[in-house]
Amino acid sequence: MTTKLFGEPVQRREDPRLLTGQGRYLDDLGSGALAAAFVRSPHAHARIRDIDVSGALDVDGLVAIYTWEDLPPRVAEPLPLLIPHPALTHGRTAYPLARDTVRHVGEPVVMVVARDRYLAEDACALIRVDYEPLKPVVGVEEALVGAHRVHEDVPGNVGAHLVQEVPSARGRTAAEEIEAAPHSLSFRLDIERSASMPLEGRGVYARWDPDDRSLRVYSSTQTSTSVRMALAAKLGLPLPSVEVIAPDVGGGFGVKIVHPWPEEVLIPWAAMLLDREIKWTEDRREHFVSSAHERGQVQHVKVGFDDEGRVLGLDVTILHDHGAYTPYGIIVPIVTATQLLGPYKIGAYRVEFSSIYTNTVQVTPYRGAGRPQGVFCMERTMDRIAAYLGLDRTAVRAANFIQPEEFPYDQGMMFQDGRPLIYDSGNYPESLRMLKELIGWDSFEERRAAAAAEGRRIGIGIGCYVEGTGVGPYEGGHVQITSDGRVHVSTGLTSQGQGHETVFAQIAATELGVPIERVSVVTGDTRRFGYAVGTFASRAAVMSGNAIALACRKVREKALRIAADALEADPADLEIDDGIVHVAGTPTASIPLATVAVLANPLRYAFDEEARRATQFTGTAALDRPPVAEGQEPGLEGRDYYSPVRSTFASGMHAAIVETDPGTAEIKILRYAVVHDCGKLINPMIVEGQIHGGVAQGVGGALYERMVYDSHGQLLNASFMDFLMPYATEVPRIETAHLETPSPLNPLGIKGAGEAGVIPVPAVIASAIEDAEGIPITRMPISPSELHELRLRRPPG
Amino acid sequence: MPERTHDITLTVNGVVRHATVPARRLLSDCLRHDLGLTGTHVGCEHGVCGCCTVLLDGEPVRSCLTFAVTVSGHEITTVEGLAGPGGRMSPVQRAFAECHGLQCGFCTPGFLCTVTALLRENPAPTDAEVVEGLSGNLCRCTGYQNIVKSVHRAAELIAEES
Ligand code: FES
Ligand code: FES
Repeated sequence: MTTKLFGEPVQRREDPRLLTGQGRYLDDLGSGALAAAFVRSPHAHARIRDIDVSGALDVDGLVAIYTWEDLPPRVAEPLPLLIPHPALTHGRTAYPLARDTVRHVGEPVVMVVARDRYLAEDACALIRVDYEPLKPVVGVEEALVGAHRVHEDVPGNVGAHLVQEVPSARGRTAAEEIEAAPHSLSFRLDIERSASMPLEGRGVYARWDPDDRSLRVYSSTQTSTSVRMALAAKLGLPLPSVEVIAPDVGGGFGVKIVHPWPEEVLIPWAAMLLDREIKWTEDRREHFVSSAHERGQVQHVKVGFDDEGRVLGLDVTILHDHGAYTPYGIIVPIVTATQLLGPYKIGAYRVEFSSIYTNTVQVTPYRGAGRPQGVFCMERTMDRIAAYLGLDRTAVRAANFIQPEEFPYDQGMMFQDGRPLIYDSGNYPESLRMLKELIGWDSFEERRAAAAAEGRRIGIGIGCYVEGTGVGPYEGGHVQITSDGRVHVSTGLTSQGQGHETVFAQIAATELGVPIERVSVVTGDTRRFGYAVGTFASRAAVMSGNAIALACRKVREKALRIAADALEADPADLEIDDGIVHVAGTPTASIPLATVAVLANPLRYAFDEEARRATQFTGTAALDRPPVAEGQEPGLEGRDYYSPVRSTFASGMHAAIVETDPGTAEIKILRYAVVHDCGKLINPMIVEGQIHGGVAQGVGGALYERMVYDSHGQLLNASFMDFLMPYATEVPRIETAHLETPSPLNPLGIKGAGEAGVIPVPAVIASAIEDAEGIPITRMPISPSELHELRLRRPPG
Repeated sequence: MPERTHDITLTVNGVVRHATVPARRLLSDCLRHDLGLTGTHVGCEHGVCGCCTVLLDGEPVRSCLTFAVTVSGHEITTVEGLAGPGGRMSPVQRAFAECHGLQCGFCTPGFLCTVTALLRENPAPTDAEVVEGLSGNLCRCTGYQNIVKSVHRAAELIAEES
């Protein structure tokens, strides 16, 4: 059978166009459009005294210059705070163009529109902005002191403060449990900033049609449907007059879920005003200083445990740096606080975070979205406990695992989707067993001794995580079979390289019994599907995958009903194979889906041979019934939505063997092993690819990537020359094994896989370096020079 | 005052093309915006990511670090020119598809040009030579493992088909 494609490593359907230069990314569109460029703040914190554009007015090809004062009221308002939360008592968002104060280097101040980008930048360079520099606030600890404020009306620079407390089974608080525990430890951890850093930056291209007063906007976004709604509201247009399309997108990893960006509002606004097509393509420096970063946290940990290493009480205080603005609310620290618990059941838990303003680029989710920090915290804690008790690190973890028979397991907290943190399924002991076998955990001491005999220093590390995936509220799918037998699938969420055109086609082909070659998939185009949330939180496969499966089932049911009529059979006896409906066991009694599609749409007009068969004098319908039965619709199509009660929880465990050079402190990853459980796999090749990419980003975060701000709030490494992303030379070969614990929550039994690879990597590498060196590793990333420093500071003996 | 422009002639993917460009026009912009060959991508415009790699007289170069006026009279191959006659994808392109060597596809044209030149120089590279050969191109999606696999597979395909 050719049509059961679910679970197969099907080659990607998007590849032929992307491999031949036929992809259509944002900057590939709109060849005749005007170009926009921005004057951005060179100061981390300053008041704008005056803007003098006169020097730019003679630039050849200049079309327009706009400052905040030129904007109409709705456009001029601060951008929306997308995810409010009661604990976010002092949420603040930016104006699309700075109004009177700039709060980070890179904040847009003036927009220039010109014939091309070169000329627009010429004009930008001639605009003089007079700034009165203010004291910048850099670093969470300095911010908390509160000597200077990022926002005048936010005392202490604290945007949000949240405490969550889960008592132990015997009703004690974390503090009480830690106090009463046989052993306790406390320590501090530091995680630096990194960023999504897709190779394609942001970009917007707008076309206003003055004749029918409609707006079409292309944006390199992770959520075209919500950009559309935001634009309709901001620009005062009826929703049906606005369409937003995410074309091919060159990576997102979280940063492109933020919306509407200043540029996303300003470009369409100017396109309408000037009645010209306008495009803005972000350059790399702009991406560094004006999009978003993530990760940066300071964590203070207190833990109480028993002789087996079981955690009796855990108390974590997190200082989270959210930069200058909070458009995405406090999702990142909430995710850290809740996902920190991982695969463990711990006694009592108290977590407190303060989300703090600094004069730096705003912080919004980057792949992992707060989880790498939480996992770093919990896994460093597990290693500390093991070291303290002299136990094997995997034994301490195993002692704390939730057991397979304990699912669904309620962690007693509220998750990032506002729903209870209840794990749906998993098998953590099995995962650990597989990982130990894959990496050779139990025979590592021999390997260490052999390396030591050669004068080499190696260490092994481990990290475990649980990832809430597939968060709601919903996604939808639309499936249409046309009279040529083709299947057209659409869903509203967007794609940035995850292979959705392939995996959704696999689902549709499997559900409908058609060859995958006949299925085409469109994502992120509001002309095709208007209701959607977006692509983030490893949710696309779970949400749209299930929605498309449900829509296919509706279409299948309809197809079988119509075919049963035509074949004078019982629908229950029908099967679909290779796009042909036939009576089970009687292949000759059959009708192609193409013909069923014809029959599904009674016609008056014949425009081709296929259509002739559905016209009123040739149809097969009974004359005592209306051509379209009551409660039915013409056409062979269906739409359905998937809206889960709560998230699914994928999980995994990684282990690494690293070598540290005794002389240079160079750190090399010798082996990297992954055991991954995302429920049922739709396409194992694509899931592996997601894991590889995630691990590579994790390696970047563990060893190389950081945003280096000086005390003036200048980002010192805002280029690929200085912000070190891993090349092929830095990423180890990744060995993977899959465990499939289906989710009981959705029809396909799947969990998300998009972020998994990145989550535990910094924890794993820290664990391995610590093992190699015997020095506590408390900061990420760690460079050779930092390791060298740690060695120098190691107490003698 | 309008900028001074220069008439240039390039052979791109075997076709003679003319353009009128200012001296500061980057080759990447000339290919993408003047000649409409948008397959060549731009990821940094400062010579680090390798997305903009094209073949200049057969050698890989960063088109974002090259002024279009400096290559007048030369031959350029972009991703659009890698496929064989009749549009059949080249062994390198097919290997990337087979081995899942791309995700978002933004870095891919640069990798394809780099690898095409690499395998021409060294038809049977070792693992270390492949990694070394790729070490000037960034990819944020794939973790490189499947790209390395694709290069080996391409080498096999080229050997089989020659
Ligand atoms: S765009 Fe040329 S190297 Fe990055
Ligand atoms: S495939 Fe996306 S950057 Fe390489």
